[in-house]
Amino acid sequence: MTLDIPDSASTSGAAGTADVIDLLAGITPGSSLDRLRHRRPGAREHAQRSFDALFAPDAETEVTLVERNAIAAFVTGLHRDAPAAGFYAERLAGLAPGLSAAVRAEVEAGAATGPYGVYPPGVAAPGESAEGPRYRTGDPGALGARLTAAFEHAHLLVFRPREASREALDALRRAGWSSTGIVTLSQLVAFLSFQVRVAAGLRLLGAAA
Amino acid sequence: MTGFTREQLGWTPWLEPLAADELTDEHREALVDRARAASPYFRLLARDPRILHARTVTDNDIFHNADGGLPRAERELAATATSRRNGCVFCASVHARFAAHHSRRPGDVQRLLDEGVHAWQDDRWRAIIDASAALTATPGELTVGHLAALRAAGLDDLEISDVINAAAFFNWANRLMLSLGEPVKEEDR
Repeated sequence: MTLDIPDSASTSGAAGTADVIDLLAGITPGSSLDRLRHRRPGAREHAQRSFDALFAPDAETEVTLVERNAIAAFVTGLHRDAPAAGFYAERLAGLAPGLSAAVRAEVEAGAATGPYGVYPPGVAAPGESAEGPRYRTGDPGALGARLTAAFEHAHLLVFRPREASREALDALRRAGWSSTGIVTLSQLVAFLSFQVRVAAGLRLLGAAA
Repeated sequence: MTGFTREQLGWTPWLEPLAADELTDEHREALVDRARAASPYFRLLARDPRILHARTVTDNDIFHNADGGLPRAERELAATATSRRNGCVFCASVHARFAAHHSRRPGDVQRLLDEGVHAWQDDRWRAIIDASAALTATPGELTVGHLAALRAAGLDDLEISDVINAAAFFNWANRLMLSLGEPVKEEDR
């Protein structure tokens, strides 16, 4: 536990108990990385508030906690960042142990190296477009329709965001995602893409000091 | 669809934003800057106000906190390189303008847009762009070699952490802009 946890975190439920980026990067109070993060206090506090907003939401009306944590375990698994992937896999195992094996299998099936993807005509030199896997879930029965669509969309956003499209949002709608739910899903995948990278970068900076 | 450019682009959503007269006090607070109520992008994100607010304050501190660290121009350079690598034409246009303005090096920024992250740059910009692009890869490709190159270019640890924050943040911003709508040329609006 660090000293600069915002008071508001304690009101946001069980998720707001420790700074997750510090945890994932191995930052301890008083360390040089801790002092570096204190120089950007707004970013530090609000990265954590972002985590709280997504993982201790006021309501589960649009996206359930199980869905949020299953998507997080999938997204961080695809990043192959062991601390983050372990953190979210453990949360999912606590909430929905029956889903853990299915999510692990999808992480393996979805393994890729990005960013890749084909640009629309005229955006970049043709040589810059790079084909790559367009993942479809291996076991839609185990995930259910909403998570199947969410995983396919999350894989698109993780690896080939340049191929995002109106049609991709239509697929989410057909699986029961509302406009507000899609905004939250996009924020979830996008925020995790940030959180994993900050933690990995700081972890490396600490190790290289 | 336009190519990578420093020109002013518009952005059109694929989902219905909240209407201006639907915005409650909570939505307006989440926008942080009230002028953003005019933006369809921010009114769309206002559908989930808590994460919008936290996202926006994170963004502001990473790019505008002037308590030492990396010059604004180079935080914007990291944002531009990340956006160029991911393929976010809209984000790249905005932050290329900022990078060009604050650095007074529009030619070098334009080369990054035209030729991509591997285009020639001087040693300092090379190190910042390479680190940003490596952090943008999935799985991550940032190594101690990238950090050594940043140190050799004169960056201290606070400045390096600013590069990490700026590039990481644009992996958030790019995925929002790319997934929820598309850029349009201003004259097409």
